[in-house]
Amino acid sequence: MSDRLPSGVTYRPFEGTDRLATEGPPVYGEPTSQGWRAWDVRRSKLGAMFERGMDTGLEGDETVLYLGAAAGTTVSHVADFAGPTYAIEFAARPVADLLEVAAERPNLFVLLEDARSPSEYAHVVEPVDVIVQDVATRDQAQVANANRQFLSDDGRLLAVVKARSEDVTADPETVFNRFLDRLEGYSVLETERLDPFHDDHLAVIATPE
Amino acid sequence: MNADRGNDRGWFSSVTPGDPETYVGAIADGSATEPADWPARAIESGVVPDQSTYYELLHAATQATARAQVRRRERTDDQRLIHCIRAMDDTERVANELAERVSAWSSTTDTSVSGIDGARELLSRSPTRTDDAIAAATDEQLVSLAEQVVALDDQATALRETIEKSMPTVAPNLSMVAGPVLGARLIALAGGLEALAKQPSGTIQVLGAEDALFAHLAGRGSSPKHGVIFVHEYVSGTEPSQRGSAARALAGKLAIAARIDHYAGDRRPSLQAELDERIATIQSRGDGNE
Repeated sequence: MSDRLPSGVTYRPFEGTDRLATEGPPVYGEPTSQGWRAWDVRRSKLGAMFERGMDTGLEGDETVLYLGAAAGTTVSHVADFAGPTYAIEFAARPVADLLEVAAERPNLFVLLEDARSPSEYAHVVEPVDVIVQDVATRDQAQVANANRQFLSDDGRLLAVVKARSEDVTADPETVFNRFLDRLEGYSVLETERLDPFHDDHLAVIATPE
Repeated sequence: MNADRGNDRGWFSSVTPGDPETYVGAIADGSATEPADWPARAIESGVVPDQSTYYELLHAATQATARAQVRRRERTDDQRLIHCIRAMDDTERVANELAERVSAWSSTTDTSVSGIDGARELLSRSPTRTDDAIAAATDEQLVSLAEQVVALDDQATALRETIEKSMPTVAPNLSMVAGPVLGARLIALAGGLEALAKQPSGTIQVLGAEDALFAHLAGRGSSPKHGVIFVHEYVSGTEPSQRGSAARALAGKLAIAARIDHYAGDRRPSLQAELDERIATIQSRGDGNE
């Protein structure tokens, strides 16, 4: 399983249990040991993707565009192993917390912008190797499509679809299929449900066509 | 591939490295139709000598910009809450006024009711049939007025719930120490969270008691011990001889809470613990121990 982990992400023992971890200053009260911090896969969907052994294609030191960074739980781990990491978040309150996370990470760049309007941050964000998408809006496929312009030709989209953000009444399977149908300019490499770590979430790995 | 993207300029084109005042506009107001290899372009154009300097500059610029935007966004949030609390007061006042009218009016009918609850009761009751044309017409208006009273009362409740839900986000510490409604009221009296954060605690202690304060300053009457913070249980629940001390202790913590909320924004539960301890001391003194 760990041969699929990027360098900078590894399993380390925390209080006797091997857990996914990255090296950096702690953020959300996670256990730490010798400079390493446990990556809580129940709070982080990207963490759950690694835990599931999905082939993210990440090797470490990539340039990353992170859409829907929220208070920075996951993006803090990404910045620990990746290169320049651009974090987009639209809500002001979590950005206040995210700024604290970024204060200790010189490669993390916080942008208070709407992921649905990429032209508002295209003057700052350079082309990237990876897009991580974890947005809680309707029409999550549209967000992925609009941001495809940032992705280099051999780059990866690592998206998490939240069924409940799209439509609380519909069957999650229907919502996931609709997302995949609406995805344009990508070819999907792998999908996997993240239950029980995250209920009604589908992880999607795709690459530009 | 890059050559024909001449129209788009990177964020750094309007930035003077070392001058943070130029950062915020560059990030916040700029836009581009497409991304580009901005680090390379910045080095080409001579803004920065190398890549690591570029990322240092970008980090300083994004931090400064997001911080300013968060602050600006939250500043308008407090203004919205001020409208909420004022609208809540307005709807409560008008609901009560109209409820009095409904009560007085209802005494001319078979069933006399009183207060807002009375208006609610009136609506739940089926109208009495009458052959008197005047009575029928006026009773209909009475019921219609009672409907307005109930609608206004529901609106006031909804406004209160909105304040209770939003205050912990806008001013977490003030909301914790004062309670959401009193906290919003203090913000409204000061004119905003920033204005409140700049008030000395002595002013916060008597916010809402301006009449008494100015009467005192003009030489009439004693100085007020508390303004709207009287409704806080730590003041109203303290025996009268100790209320001045309790109000002073509470106002001190409210001033600190407002400052943390405005300038820092993180939640500090220790504030509440310190206040609890102080009030316990004051109240035990009031039990005749001194």
